[in-house]
Amino acid sequence: MNWLDNNILTLVTFAPAVGGFLLLFFPRRDRDIRVFALVISLLAFVLSLHLPAHFNRGLAGFQFDKDVSWISSPNIHYHMGIDGISLWLIVLTTFLTPLCVLISWNSIHDRVKEFFILLLILETSLIGVFTSLDLFLFYFFWEATLIPMALLIGMYGHGRKVYAAVKFFLYTMIASVFMLAAILWLYAKTGSFDFLVVQNAIHSGAIPEFSGAAPLLLFLGFFLAFAVKVPLFPLHTWLPDAHVEAPTAGSVLLAGVLLKMGTYGMLRFNLGLFPVQSRANASWIVVLALIGIVYGALVAMVQPNMKKVIAYSSISHLGFVVLGIFSFTQAGLNGAMFIMLAHGVSTGGLFMLAGIIYERKHTYEIAEFGGLATPMPKYASFFLFIVLASVGLPLLNGFVGEFLALSGAFQAKVWWGVVGATGVIWSACYLLWMYQRVFFGIVKHPQNNSLPDLHLRERIALWPTAIMALAMGVAPLLWLNTIDPAVHNVLAPFTQFASKMVGQ
Amino acid sequence: MMAIFQTVPALPQAVDYVRILPEIVLSIFGMIIMLLDPVMDERRSQRTLGLIGLVGTIAALAATVYQAQVRFWGLGFFGMIKVDAFSVFFHFVVIAVTLLVILSSYEYMEVQQIRAGEYYGLILFGAVGMALMSSAMELVLIFIALEISSISTYILAGFRRRSAISSESSIKYFLLGSFATAFFLYGVALMFGATGSTSIDRISAALAEYAGTGHGPLLAYLGVALMFVGLGFKVAAAPFHVWTPDVYEGAPSPVVGFMSTAPKAAVFAVLLRIIFEIHAPGGTWLIWVAAALSMCIGNIAALVQDNVKRLLAYSSIAHAGYLLIAFASLPANGIPAAMFYTASYAAMNVGAFAVIGHFAGAGERFVTLEDYAGLGKRSPVLAAILTVFLLSLIGIPITGGFFAKFYVFSAALQGSHPLIGLVIIGVINSAVAAYYYLRIIVVMYMREPRDEEAPVTPISTGLGFALGLSLAVTFFLGVYPNPVLKYAALSVGLLH
Repeated sequence: MNWLDNNILTLVTFAPAVGGFLLLFFPRRDRDIRVFALVISLLAFVLSLHLPAHFNRGLAGFQFDKDVSWISSPNIHYHMGIDGISLWLIVLTTFLTPLCVLISWNSIHDRVKEFFILLLILETSLIGVFTSLDLFLFYFFWEATLIPMALLIGMYGHGRKVYAAVKFFLYTMIASVFMLAAILWLYAKTGSFDFLVVQNAIHSGAIPEFSGAAPLLLFLGFFLAFAVKVPLFPLHTWLPDAHVEAPTAGSVLLAGVLLKMGTYGMLRFNLGLFPVQSRANASWIVVLALIGIVYGALVAMVQPNMKKVIAYSSISHLGFVVLGIFSFTQAGLNGAMFIMLAHGVSTGGLFMLAGIIYERKHTYEIAEFGGLATPMPKYASFFLFIVLASVGLPLLNGFVGEFLALSGAFQAKVWWGVVGATGVIWSACYLLWMYQRVFFGIVKHPQNNSLPDLHLRERIALWPTAIMALAMGVAPLLWLNTIDPAVHNVLAPFTQFASKMVGQ
Repeated sequence: MMAIFQTVPALPQAVDYVRILPEIVLSIFGMIIMLLDPVMDERRSQRTLGLIGLVGTIAALAATVYQAQVRFWGLGFFGMIKVDAFSVFFHFVVIAVTLLVILSSYEYMEVQQIRAGEYYGLILFGAVGMALMSSAMELVLIFIALEISSISTYILAGFRRRSAISSESSIKYFLLGSFATAFFLYGVALMFGATGSTSIDRISAALAEYAGTGHGPLLAYLGVALMFVGLGFKVAAAPFHVWTPDVYEGAPSPVVGFMSTAPKAAVFAVLLRIIFEIHAPGGTWLIWVAAALSMCIGNIAALVQDNVKRLLAYSSIAHAGYLLIAFASLPANGIPAAMFYTASYAAMNVGAFAVIGHFAGAGERFVTLEDYAGLGKRSPVLAAILTVFLLSLIGIPITGGFFAKFYVFSAALQGSHPLIGLVIIGVINSAVAAYYYLRIIVVMYMREPRDEEAPVTPISTGLGFALGLSLAVTFFLGVYPNPVLKYAALSVGLLH
């Protein structure tokens, strides 16, 4: 058991990539490849369940720690470990990937092998981002997510897929170069890439050069890379393109996990390394987040394309996360974390549902549908359930997070909470309106009458999201009791900082 | 340095011959090829002579490994040659590149129907010159080695005899190259005037007298500048880069793979000696400007290229720029960073040109971006391999290209006077560069093939080996760069 605890993070992280590597040598029999990919992704999921099962909720620091020297010059370590924040993001990734495999079962019929190899490599790099505690290792995985994602969009997408893929790649790549520069600066001054060592050095004031403009520039270097990923207004323009043109599995992972890399990074690195600068810059960041919430929602409302509605809703929802993080309150951060998970589940579900209808009609245009509840009742009920979860109906997962994040915002500044709360109303407007136009009324186009309802494989892919949406809404404490101590830990320097201010 | 002032024996010792063992092995095999070529049946000679060349490079690699033992380190031939970790490293790079190029030429020569055994002989002779450059401690010997390597590559560049642009490439390279070597020689002469010697150790000692004054003799400044012109030409650093795209476009692809890596590695070795061992005055600023210009010109021009070979020619100019950043850094970090860069660049560039040579088909007809459309579908394995090399050229993690850039940039940031400006230019340039490398990947995977598509032929064994090896090295350097970097770091103490 001890050996497993020591190496579980390595196993979870690299199991998918090893599976992808084995796929290379498979003959091109599409069915076998799909089954194998499903088995591997399920294996990764089962392995990842070891983490919450054996996670010590009483400890605040990092667990399942693994630290071995990898490269001696520069001093790079293979350092992995998780706390209550990264724990659930890992499980979210492994939870969504098997569903992605299922949902791509028939919709991907060309170059199947390459597709699943890319998907599995993507999974490894996503998990790696959340497990790394070495800044270099983190950057390594961070960049490694780019290539498979861009290829998934560019090779298997539709419409202007090449444009979307290149835009996605360049946006995120250019922004992360600034993060690399900041990481290198920190390494040059501390001689270490280790997150904890660097954090200690900064907090104890051991870096004499950490003064003047340097801390602000470092903060911004990290922040820019994360803000593009989130995406924060006005850096969001890659997202609608990437989402709309991506294949379903790509959209699910993009919205479900990739965007959370940005908010996770803010939580871990911006707050963790630069508390003073985070506090000082919170006001304009929150303003951008609020603009994102309202603007994303308003733009979502007028979209004629189902996938674009969901894409813009992501911008709006991620705005809540940033708002919660930069409120620096326990409730706000808990809420931000919870929204990340809830959004992953419900938006993942929405994208899968959109993908299912696309497989049948080859369009996302809302005007092409109408009255679908008659020919596809099961589909309609799943869709309604997930829409309600996303809107934030109490007892479903969206509600808990938004409530917490907004209460945090109210504690910080009342007007932040007021503006943010309008976002809840907007999201009800655009999602329910879209639902009404697609499902209610009479069937507008006669050929839609013959659309087949969900078949078994699709139902198997959708049930887990529905169950999770309900479970997270009914028993949020199962998640929050690990998130809360970790968040408390992140906030510790802020409370010290606040008491210092009061003391003066 | 002391060895030079001791009384030297009148005749070369036996150990001296071990110190040039790889060169001897390569020369012998090269001569065997030249002797056998006229007496063999023309149709069969190509295969046999290629095989002899292959055996020769493997033997030379073995000789390098043998020579790498510490007991053979030291000066040889009256201080003209020095074997140490530095020279062994570059010997290894040059000869390994030669091996890869011979492996990938095999199929290429068949497809292009070039029946000329002396091709392999010339490659081996070129390698002799390049290997010698990295161990030479005499400016005159360096000049001779430079000429041996250059003359071979001039001829190699024109090997597609039926193609006009190949001949153009050869003539252009020859004329401009001779001009540049003349600059180098002139620089050596001025250096001799300034210090009274052509030996690197003695020049270094002579210039050390000026160390306290903050400036050197005027002639030395001029000498360094002129030598830099000559060497800058050979590594295709701006503003001496103008020949590169035309020559690369016309020369046979495997030869481009060869001359964009092996001679460059060797010339960078010479440059490292001149910059760090001689402590050449005024070198830093020359290099600062050349590095910035090379990066900017190379990358911006590459953005608009439609011919893949021309595109990679401009990219090689840009890479020379990144590499030069290391030369402006402190020796403790700059030397290993530069050495690591040459090794990883060699692996990925030789590999990339091997793939390009394969795709090009008979007469190198398919070398434009358009011809690469849909290759991801038609030839998934080769397209994937080329993608890896291109990603490495961008500098994406887990490939050697990433650590190469990483070490260079971090070397430049260390010390009391970090080269922040140069690093910023470099970082912006690597972001720009991502665009044109990605363009190739995008065309391969996301564009439908044209109506008249380039034929896809199966990969031959030789090419397969060459690609497998360069792929393995590219990944190895990207995942576990430790041993190579450590070995390169041994040179720091030796050079300065």
